Amino acid sequence: MRGVDVLSTAFKNAFRSRLRTSLTVLAIFIGAFTLSLTNGLGTGINQYIDDTVASVGVDDVMTVTKASEEEPTDGPAEYDPNQIAADGAPGATATALTDDDIDTIAGIDGVESVEPSKSVMVDYVRHDDGTRYQLSVAEFVPGMRIELVSGEQVDLDASDPELVLPESYVEPLDLGSAADAVGQTVVLAVTDATGEQVTTEATVVGVAEPGVLTMGGAVPNDVLAAELYDLQTTGAPEAETTRYAEASVSFDTSGGATQTEALQDRLADAGFTGSTLEDQLGTITAVIDGIVLVLNGFAVIALVAAGIGIVNTLFMAVQERTREVGLMKAMGLSSGRVFSLFSIEAVVIGLVGSALGVLGAVGAGQLVNGVSGDLLADLPGLTLIAFDPVGVATVVLGVMAIAFLAGTLPALRAARQDPISSLRYE
Amino acid sequence: MSPRVGHVITSGNTREAADVVSPLLSVSNLHKTYGSGPSAFEALKGLDLDIAEGESIAIIGKSGSGKSTLMHLLALLDRPTSGSIMLDGTDTSRLSAKQLNQTRNSAFGFVFQQFFLNAQASVLDNVTLPLKIAGVGRRERTAQGIAALAQLEIDDKAGNRANDLSGGQKQRVVIARALINQPRVIFADEPTGNLDTATGAVVEDILFDLNRRRGINLVVVTHDEELASRCDRRIYIRDGLIAAREAVAA
Ligand SMILES: Nc1ncnc2c1ncn2[C@@H]1O[C@H](COP(=O)(O)OP(=O)(O)O)[C@@H](O)[C@H]1O
Ligand SMILES: [Mg+2]
Repeated sequence: MRGVDVLSTAFKNAFRSRLRTSLTVLAIFIGAFTLSLTNGLGTGINQYIDDTVASVGVDDVMTVTKASEEEPTDGPAEYDPNQIAADGAPGATATALTDDDIDTIAGIDGVESVEPSKSVMVDYVRHDDGTRYQLSVAEFVPGMRIELVSGEQVDLDASDPELVLPESYVEPLDLGSAADAVGQTVVLAVTDATGEQVTTEATVVGVAEPGVLTMGGAVPNDVLAAELYDLQTTGAPEAETTRYAEASVSFDTSGGATQTEALQDRLADAGFTGSTLEDQLGTITAVIDGIVLVLNGFAVIALVAAGIGIVNTLFMAVQERTREVGLMKAMGLSSGRVFSLFSIEAVVIGLVGSALGVLGAVGAGQLVNGVSGDLLADLPGLTLIAFDPVGVATVVLGVMAIAFLAGTLPALRAARQDPISSLRYE
Repeated sequence: MSPRVGHVITSGNTREAADVVSPLLSVSNLHKTYGSGPSAFEALKGLDLDIAEGESIAIIGKSGSGKSTLMHLLALLDRPTSGSIMLDGTDTSRLSAKQLNQTRNSAFGFVFQQFFLNAQASVLDNVTLPLKIAGVGRRERTAQGIAALAQLEIDDKAGNRANDLSGGQKQRVVIARALINQPRVIFADEPTGNLDTATGAVVEDILFDLNRRRGINLVVVTHDEELASRCDRRIYIRDGLIAAREAVAA
């Protein structure tokens, strides 16, 4: 029998008992549908994270902190006068970087430039003697690009203080429309080291869309950040003003991941910890991958159950077609071809079920994305459930493989069948 | 493989004089035991039989006498426990499974008491099944299928489902299926057992017509004396042995 005839016969045979095949296809559909959706969820969220990293455009910057010298112990940690609070879990501390440390980092091979991060606490923002609102100033990362509603990014080299304001502040501050807000001046207040509240002015150059990057904070340019930091540290002893929680290090990315790792190793040797944005987000990605893996596990269990359905369906088919198989063997059909006929029939069932399941999942994903777009408006650009061709193909091919395995037992039985006993009567 | 087997496989309407000398099928001291140990049953107990080219032969006997067993062995559907079956002078016990399949596919046609038609498939698909197994392309299959159906005057039913035919029509389809590969031997196990007398007679006519005009050997298993009497030779089987041989005094 020719290959095409084996294929077309197996395909026709798969639908000879329509109800039975439909039910088995349904079982596979459910498994493939679930697997595609959970996969799609992982793909969607991880894609969003990747896109975020990409849009930041700062893959040539890593955050450097001073590695804690002592090994973590169970007992209480010894007091270190150089420790300052680090962002992260409450109570977590990091050893502060001093100006000496900054110089050391600058001298490390591969470091192009180093900028200590000067964190500032703004008390309020105000426009035209109006209501005062709390405002956080987002971590400034050189090269960062923010999604804007109107206006422009802050100009790094500008000599005047500038900032990008979150869209949510435009109306409360009475700035008119987002477009009107651009070019207006706002007042920012900080408390200096002596406890006195001082203010400074800055020009709004852009209005930012809500997004993960700014976390609802304003983004200052270098001049404004320096000014706020100077105001805040006025009157503080010098030891205080030259202590930084972290520093941003620019490096050359042309060397690829291995060069980046080498730089991280050199930093570690000098007693610092360097982490790229990808490293930081990688943790989140790993957690999401873990959750998706567990969800996939459930879907795979459903598929295994569906596979047992295929075994059952095919055993019934072999039973029903005992005589037909016997006749074909009497007419010279080889056992190998009989095996192919039944195992391909199983694969066809798997293919139909998984193809429908994947299509259904893409449809359902579209619906979910529509709904989640409204619910998760704060995360613009997030496609909750996304499908990549490789993932979809993997599901379909995987199900076909399961179907083939499920088909082997019945197909073997058919292949081993003795033509005479099938053809005997009386 | 000997060139003789090659000849078997390519089937043949070409019969050379040399072939007529050795019988088409030659069976000696054939034994067939089913099962083993205390439940073993010896269905054939040492049979000798020659079937010449173009001969029609009837195997007659009571139910359980071993007729079907003998036919299955002759048709290479089963292997004997001992004894030899020579086909065109070749010992068939030396043929591989693949060669046996090819021989059955190209040189034999089968007609059983039951039709063994695929009820859901079309008449044409049923008839062309041996060609499909042989690896003949669809177009060629259809052409030959229609021709075979035309020979049996049921080509107008080619597109019908096999299930929708009467018993007589079904047996014609079965004969068309047995003919389509231009076989040298048609094995028929109780071919009229399921048909009424009139229809049975028509089917008999078709079979003997094929034997006479195209020289196709007929091996007919039956307990119908009337059918047996139309064959060139009758073999009576009792308890796994040949009880009597009888040639027609034509
Ligand atoms: N597969 C088998 N296993 C055991 N006994 C069998 C088997 N096939 C046939 N027989 C026995 O062999 C004997 C001959 O059977 P068979 O050739 O079918 O007889 P017939 O066709 O003449 O009625 C019967 O007694 C039958 O019960
Ligand atoms: Mg019988």
